[in-house]
Amino acid sequence: MAKRTSTRRTPPAAAATAAPTPAGPVFYELDEHPHPEGSSTMLGFWMYLMSDCLIFAMLFATFGVLGGNYAAGPGPKDLFELPVVAVNTAALLFSSITYGFAVLAMQRKLVARTQLWLLVTAFFGLCFLAIELNEFAHMIAEGAGPQRSAFLSSFFTLVGTHGLHVTFGLIWMVTLMVQVARFGLTSANQRRLMCLSMFWHFLDVIWIGVFTFVYLMGMLR
Amino acid sequence: MTTDPTAHGPVSPAQPGHDPEGELHVTLRGYLTGFVLAVILTAIPFYLVMSGVIPDKLITALIIMAFAGAQIVVHMVYFLHMTPKAEGGWMIMALIFTLIVLVIALVGSLWVMYHLNNNMMPMSVEQMRQMP
Repeated sequence: MAKRTSTRRTPPAAAATAAPTPAGPVFYELDEHPHPEGSSTMLGFWMYLMSDCLIFAMLFATFGVLGGNYAAGPGPKDLFELPVVAVNTAALLFSSITYGFAVLAMQRKLVARTQLWLLVTAFFGLCFLAIELNEFAHMIAEGAGPQRSAFLSSFFTLVGTHGLHVTFGLIWMVTLMVQVARFGLTSANQRRLMCLSMFWHFLDVIWIGVFTFVYLMGMLR
Repeated sequence: MTTDPTAHGPVSPAQPGHDPEGELHVTLRGYLTGFVLAVILTAIPFYLVMSGVIPDKLITALIIMAFAGAQIVVHMVYFLHMTPKAEGGWMIMALIFTLIVLVIALVGSLWVMYHLNNNMMPMSVEQMRQMP
């Protein structure tokens, strides 16, 4: 037993003496290595997006459980119009590619072109939101509001939360356009634009789930 | 152990997250490829449901779910620039963890709640219409 502890004690001492050479394993670092400003922002923002993804997972699960409970009220076939949803999907998909063009222009340091593509993206985002709000208004006017049935409650919560994200994405986009107009494509602004890029494309990923599980599969029920 | 910042990037390949611009490979070609794929993967499910070419609804549902999964992968790769190496592998780790929780939450909810309506009192459509 005594022999075993003595052999166990020796390796850390050996590692400590071996640490200064780059070849040996480094178990802990005594000196701080540099953390440039914003170097961890992308990872942190990705963590936020993943937690947001879990919020949507719960809302999808709720819709999956309650999506068939119409309470003798209107169902998906009475309420949804697939051509409108297709136009909506197209608007969001176009806004994704135009944001990609904005990022490409940003990396080539072309301020005016970045602003132009951001404006086009915001326009498509606004189209999406207008169509969605119009759809909601029609449904509520027909008496198919969120209080009508469990299906409609979960529908409005899920699709409404996505729409709320798009709304805040648009506010963020306008804010960044003002920032870029005032301060140019500084490294901080580029970082912010990349964060919004991730946010915007992430919303498109969520929308894939919405149009597949809510609209298309609703029509199949 | 040196604190010289220039020694960090090329010498230690285990920490690629320290160069904010060097890791992203954003190209016009990548975005256009992703966009074309996304359009195709969106158009086919809409066509399948709107035209009703496949009479069996279960098969249609499974096909459009497969298309949705493929499109999510396309968006992740071409628009969100997910690679196994991004941020030193931590992004894909967070994604895998999220996917596990997501699958547990979705499958678990649907499974546990499958018999949700079995203990409800039988109710006619007329009675339901009288509900507040």
